[in-house]
Amino acid sequence: MLEWLAKLFGTTESSKDRAKERLRLVLVQDRAILSPGLLEALKEDMIAVLSKYMEIDEEALEVNLDSSDDSVALVANIPVRSVRRKI
Amino acid sequence: MGKSIVITSGKGGVGKTTTTANIGTGLAQIGRKVCLVDADIGLRNLDVVMGLENRIVYDLIDVVEGHCRVRSALIKDKRFDNLFLLPAAQTREKDAVNPEQMEKLITELKQEFDYVLVDCPAGIEQGFKNAIAGADLAIIVTTPEVSAVRDADRIIGLLEADELFEPQLIVNRIRPDMIRRGDMMTTDDMIDILAIKLLGIVPDDESIIVSTNKGEPAVLDKKSVSGQAFRNIVRRLEGASVPFLALEEENMVKRLMRFIGIGGKS
Repeated sequence: MLEWLAKLFGTTESSKDRAKERLRLVLVQDRAILSPGLLEALKEDMIAVLSKYMEIDEEALEVNLDSSDDSVALVANIPVRSVRRKI
Repeated sequence: MGKSIVITSGKGGVGKTTTTANIGTGLAQIGRKVCLVDADIGLRNLDVVMGLENRIVYDLIDVVEGHCRVRSALIKDKRFDNLFLLPAAQTREKDAVNPEQMEKLITELKQEFDYVLVDCPAGIEQGFKNAIAGADLAIIVTTPEVSAVRDADRIIGLLEADELFEPQLIVNRIRPDMIRRGDMMTTDDMIDILAIKLLGIVPDDESIIVSTNKGEPAVLDKKSVSGQAFRNIVRRLEGASVPFLALEEENMVKRLMRFIGIGGKS
């Protein structure tokens, strides 16, 4: 009976909803592809800001966009040499 | 000075050529002077959809390379004196022409025609770059599938990078029965995701296949639903505000009737 009602009111998860969700995720990934130039500019800005607070190993710095199943994340690996005592 | 419009999609097989033929014929039907340009070098098809395949003498590459004047390469339509086709070359490669040459050609055609419609090849390579050169407006054709909408999104980005802003969307092959069952994305879903202006909704329609068989665009068929959809698109391009075909709507009563089994397929 509940199933009937769900069908009547259109509340069951349909293949359309799956399509929408998959499309949303794939577009987040497609749109998040940064050009090498943009990534380089981002790195430089990050270094500039972080350097105010700590000494970082610029050579070993890594910045990438990581996509997992349901999200995209900016992942940065920033080795710290020392932290400044004051700004 | 006329207006040039490129019809593009990224993905192949979504109905670019059919759309180009129908919009062009529809515009000619209301008296506009129209030139259709097939930019799909090596895989020409617009001639066949228009039923003009037996009249080709010269093609787009002949014009670009200066073997003939534009006038002599244009094929006049069977039905309308104000509708012409510039066919693609069939035995050449896409790099036989470059964007600068295309832009010059389109600009020349715009002097004489109210509308220059360019049928873009699938893909995002040289053929795409050629087809969008010289376009004032882009129409993106998609179907309610994840792959086609994804490619449309990519095309929107590439058009923007080429400073062709505010493209308009045609959603092709909508199946009202599948939308009602919740098994097909609606136009609203796609507009929402792509953030783009809607130009038209075209139903999946057998009459398109019949009309393509005959080489007569469906827009000429008064009884065809897709023909009606294309006639509406033409009026919107001309600046009229026309409501979209109610292909996706279903009220509670209809849903209830269908649920009980007295509504049929409606």
